[in-house]
Amino acid sequence: MRNMVQPILNRDLYVPAIDAWIDPSTPRPRAIITHGHADHARSGHGAVLATPETIAIMKVRYGEDCAGQFQSLPLGERLVMDNAVVSLHPAGHILGSAQVLIEAQGQRALVTGDYKRLPDRTSEAYEKVDCDLMVTEATFGLPVFQHPDPKDEIARLLKSVADQPERCHLVGSYALGKAQRVIALLRDAGWDKPIYLHGAMIRLCELYQELGVPLGELLPATGMPKAAMAGQIVIAPPSAIRDRWSRRFPDPVVCQASGWMSIKQRARQALVELPLVISDHCDWRELNQSVLESGAGTIWVTHGREDALVYWCRQQGLEAEPLALPGLDDDGGEGGE
Amino acid sequence: MKRFADLLELLALTPSRTRKIAALAQYFAEVPDPDRGLALAALTGEMDIRNVKPALLRDTVLAEVDATLFALSYDYVGDLGETIALIWPHHGEGELPRLSEVVDILNRTSKAELPRVIGGMLTQAAIHERWALVKLATGALRIGVSARLAKTALSEMSGVDVQEIEEVWHGLKPPYGELFAWLEGRAARPDIDHTARFHPLMLSNPIEEGDFAKLDPRDFSAEWKWDGIRVQLVLGKDGASLFSRTGDDIAASFPDVVEAAMGRAVLDGELLVGHDFEAKSFNDLQQRLNRKVAQGKQMAELPAFVRVYDMLFDGDEDIRALGWEGRRERLEKWFAKNPQTRLDLSEVLSFGDWDDLGRLRRMGADEHGHEGVMIKLRTAPYVPGRPKGFWFKWKRDPNVVDAVLMYAQRGHGKRSSFYSDYTFGVWKGNEIVPIGKAYFGFTDEELKQLDRWIRANTIQAFGPVREVKKELVFEVAFDSAQKSGRHKSGVALRFPRINRIRWDKPANEAARLEDMDAFVG
Repeated sequence: MRNMVQPILNRDLYVPAIDAWIDPSTPRPRAIITHGHADHARSGHGAVLATPETIAIMKVRYGEDCAGQFQSLPLGERLVMDNAVVSLHPAGHILGSAQVLIEAQGQRALVTGDYKRLPDRTSEAYEKVDCDLMVTEATFGLPVFQHPDPKDEIARLLKSVADQPERCHLVGSYALGKAQRVIALLRDAGWDKPIYLHGAMIRLCELYQELGVPLGELLPATGMPKAAMAGQIVIAPPSAIRDRWSRRFPDPVVCQASGWMSIKQRARQALVELPLVISDHCDWRELNQSVLESGAGTIWVTHGREDALVYWCRQQGLEAEPLALPGLDDDGGEGGE
Repeated sequence: MKRFADLLELLALTPSRTRKIAALAQYFAEVPDPDRGLALAALTGEMDIRNVKPALLRDTVLAEVDATLFALSYDYVGDLGETIALIWPHHGEGELPRLSEVVDILNRTSKAELPRVIGGMLTQAAIHERWALVKLATGALRIGVSARLAKTALSEMSGVDVQEIEEVWHGLKPPYGELFAWLEGRAARPDIDHTARFHPLMLSNPIEEGDFAKLDPRDFSAEWKWDGIRVQLVLGKDGASLFSRTGDDIAASFPDVVEAAMGRAVLDGELLVGHDFEAKSFNDLQQRLNRKVAQGKQMAELPAFVRVYDMLFDGDEDIRALGWEGRRERLEKWFAKNPQTRLDLSEVLSFGDWDDLGRLRRMGADEHGHEGVMIKLRTAPYVPGRPKGFWFKWKRDPNVVDAVLMYAQRGHGKRSSFYSDYTFGVWKGNEIVPIGKAYFGFTDEELKQLDRWIRANTIQAFGPVREVKKELVFEVAFDSAQKSGRHKSGVALRFPRINRIRWDKPANEAARLEDMDAFVG
């Protein structure tokens, strides 16, 4: 990298060879978007390049005209431009999520966006990509994060439902990605009753189903008589589960599905009675594994606990540095996952 | 161990008090001795596993985990037990033995062997069991369950009044076999020598502005509120004990008081230092408190005494059911019969109406070491806990100073991950010098706003500490100020707390060091 006249990728994730930014936090003439979460996909860009699913998600969330124009690039296809080749590779994070690979000047730079390696039928499976420079997220970049099997977490939820049939279980889940994954996990665990949704979830769940991810029978949570909701499961955004909105349910058990929930003190702060450790990101070991498998000699770490991962990469003899990118949710507040 | 870990997890996460009590009562009813008694000891802070200290646990983990990664993780998680539970890198098969066996193993393993034994347990345990194990071993649960709640659950389980349980509690030891036998009706109430143990104290409530209109001053008596530490002096037939308000025996630090006391009684009062019953500052008392064993020179320079204001037992007779007036009369008679050199009687203040007392409250406080007045209902019996309407404290108004936030540090426990510990300072010429640290006085909502402000205005980070732009002003309340060699400013505040956050006030209008002179006595 050092000897090059022009870098293949700048530290603000600008790609000089094609004059485009990756996941920019302010409106730009040309943007490549890794996935549809709000801290990565914003409205107001001139032209957006993304997977067809991500484009569909952006249009649902921000409106048909949230960017000047859209160009869809299916996963695995190579877009050959004058000075560079761009391709998108599955990141396993949510539906449509992609890692961005830039090939130019004989170098390969990969921006992972958010990614996870555990299997998830609502998202294309993560694919490892060889590269020279890797820009990796580090949302769960501390060795305290060792994500359990999500099937076990769903089993705990179903046990709680069975043990307390008079109560309603309210599962706080981010509306895009997490909600659909929790629903899919519940279905795969045999829960075939209707699942009730907060209004903020409905359109995105429909979109998932339109894009070929079956989620079973979903009903709006509002408008049901209180008594009928005993023993039921409701999916709602984390901000709604402790809100006045939740008072319509009988003695609700406040649950939350998030990687942060492994820390009990976090769960207590959020007044979560049943924390479900279900994450859409890699845990520490998976981050380590991904860095090593990429073959990259240079690692830029962003989005989370950079210090620890940078330290670990350097211990492995890799060049590593933290990137401070604006606008990314640094501490997993509500919806940060 | 699994059952205990499940209980702790439920207690930590269930917000409902009723559900916590129900879960505890169920645990105590179903789990056999001695496991349930040991769980009770852990919940009430009576568990002491002598050789397992946080440092030993840390070393055990650092043998397996990189020190830098551990430090970053601990800073992030904010709770040692949780950090260890989550970071431990080995996962094994099998199950931990029952609670009593775990405690037994930890107690009889030699110091040298403990890291290996604990490491083995951590590997064998599920994550929440590790968490429970570390909390059990260090005795710091931090799950928002008070000893009182555990006793309330015992009451719930047995139908025995919680006050009765409190009454025998301090004479009992883990694993509380006789207590459970009594609660389950299998044995008589444990026979405890009432004059040789700690009796739970009666506490006061702060008086509110609106209370005065509802209270007739003629029904109340008033005394100075002394700025020492609350103690209970037990003069029993086999010697004397001096208990702190939490029931710790601190007699070894104050032999000058304990050995000089004459007569038999259980007395309630304030421990102070000074010659001829003239109280010196709390700072001076602190020097005596810091010593586990008293030293002659210190005892000569800072002799201790107890200013007595109540009596629970007159000789062997329990007089707590008497009204305050009746107890006071017995106390005065007792003093007349038992001449003392290190005990004196707290003076009763005479006053006409509340305004009158309000003026008294502000008088002479700095010279004589009192921090306001106590107001006591003349007919009130001595009731342990914090009963409403009996005793009120009316502190004098605090001093306040506008100071600038300099550094913030992450909190622990419930506030882990929030920047909740603040260092603030005042102007000295063109620089700001620190004068103190505070970590309370604000609401949860304000804490979130402060946390956000700190993250957005950090100029440097040193490990867990962030230095911020010198822009945010706190109105800091404090009880008094003293000269201090430890602070760069030369001033130290006693009991500082954040009174108000002055989002509106520019930093250049904060106080100057010269302004502090007025507070330094």
